[in-house]
Amino acid sequence: MGIGFYLQFGFAQHALEAAFLVAVSCGLIGPFVITRTMSFAVHGTSELAFTGAVGGLLVADNPLAGALVGALVVAGLIGLLGQRAAERDSTIGVILAAGLGLGVFLLGYYHGYASEALNILFGNIFGISSGQILLLGVIAVVVAVVLTVIRRPLLFASVDPDVARASGVPTGVLGIVFLFILAITVTEAAQIVGTLLVLSLAITPAAAAQRFSANPFVVTVLSVVMAVLAADGGLLLSFQFPTVKPSVLIVAISFAFYVVARLAGPAVAARRRNRIAVPDLAELHRG
Amino acid sequence: MTAPLVELEGAAVRLGSRTLWSELDLSVAEGEFLAVLGPNGTGKTTLLKVLLGLVPLAAGTVRVNGAPPRLGNHELGYVPQQQAFDRSLPIRGRDLVRFGIDGHRWGLPRRTRAIKERVDEALDAVGASAYADAPVGLLSGGEQQRLRIAQALLGDPKVLLCDEPLLALDLASQRAVTRLIDERRRQSGTPVVFVTHEVNPVLPYVDRILYLVRGKWAIGTPAEILTSERLSDLYGIEVDVVRVRDRYLVVSAEDELPTEPGGHAHHGHAH
Repeated sequence: MGIGFYLQFGFAQHALEAAFLVAVSCGLIGPFVITRTMSFAVHGTSELAFTGAVGGLLVADNPLAGALVGALVVAGLIGLLGQRAAERDSTIGVILAAGLGLGVFLLGYYHGYASEALNILFGNIFGISSGQILLLGVIAVVVAVVLTVIRRPLLFASVDPDVARASGVPTGVLGIVFLFILAITVTEAAQIVGTLLVLSLAITPAAAAQRFSANPFVVTVLSVVMAVLAADGGLLLSFQFPTVKPSVLIVAISFAFYVVARLAGPAVAARRRNRIAVPDLAELHRG
Repeated sequence: MTAPLVELEGAAVRLGSRTLWSELDLSVAEGEFLAVLGPNGTGKTTLLKVLLGLVPLAAGTVRVNGAPPRLGNHELGYVPQQQAFDRSLPIRGRDLVRFGIDGHRWGLPRRTRAIKERVDEALDAVGASAYADAPVGLLSGGEQQRLRIAQALLGDPKVLLCDEPLLALDLASQRAVTRLIDERRRQSGTPVVFVTHEVNPVLPYVDRILYLVRGKWAIGTPAEILTSERLSDLYGIEVDVVRVRDRYLVVSAEDELPTEPGGHAHHGHAH
């Protein structure tokens, strides 16, 4: 009963499609998350997707819708209260703690299967319906389109906010838009790897990618490719080793990419810098 | 003579309840190098922000190339102070420079030969071609500032605004960066508004100085402004200006200068 056997089934095909859609979105936002030093925001919004999901289960028996609403509310709060970078970190910590407390409180009122709620934490890729695939697809397209439209100003604002503002880039609005995109992506990813392991798709591939290149376009492509390889690769591996949860294998692959990048990356950077040599010191000293 | 490219009349700026400066009259003509001096917190940078359209005036009028300031005015080139980029930041020198053409534009970047050539020319003009493909986080402060100048000049600006661009640079880089800015001014007549707390590195190029001290200001040539009399009047305490060869030193007789003067007098003593 290997990969070929499972692939005959609809649930396995759905899982592969879902993993692909989620990985593409995660791979796209990853480089921006790192450039804007927002890893903690990813962690915060994803964990609070748990609270939202429990709320969704209680109110409408729909954890995904609840998680989406929850993540958007959290993104709005972070954007509103944590405009300055120094403030943002502590703001996220405060919101995260309060929100998780609320989630645990709400869980006490939920009398369905506890596994429904636990699935949110660790992911349940095999329970995905065609309707959910459609929703994940719509989300992936929205994320890709919005990121394509705001790509250059967002990069400018992330790297060099003062000059970007002076050039007419609405840096504040872009920051909020990006937070919402991040919240949507993270919620989507939580379906696959669970809220606790979202970082393995939203951060790790991008962190590995930027060890191989400084070209923002190349970094984005590498980040998407590695995220897809980790997500679908982990899933396929789990067909071969059914005792291990797919999210664990996804994390393992993505972490392996990072370890390789860490080992190979510094050499790449050093070569890059050495090629430059010390270009114009002589000229500088003539001045 | 052509119309002034920067013009302020009776201008005042308030931050909260505090008036930074008021009744400021200033005009900068083509080809002029204006140094804006004064202690920290007197509104030197705010003056640039007014011109960039980031801060509104509380009173008076301001015109940039004949029109009120507006955000995203690409007639202005802006060179900020050097900042520490993270070493792993996935941005190359040429990416930073290219922001000067289309960093503010929505949608996918166009990959045309013309744009690449313009970026290459700008890199070449500031002597940054050799490290154009290196990550900015691995470049020295002086190399980064050359990229910033290339970025600012890409838009073919009518006015160059520089905010402490020499801060944290070694002496050789200070000279190189200042010379690039001056070159642009002489070749294209682009006036320069240069905010600095240290006048000596730019002194050879400066036409006029705007000196701001706690709401008061004075404007004139270096020889007019950098005198014991003028600065004592501005600071409201006795200040001596000493000229040593081609450097000006500002020294206070009192133990503690209320603010930091033109020279590097952190503790009330020039050095």
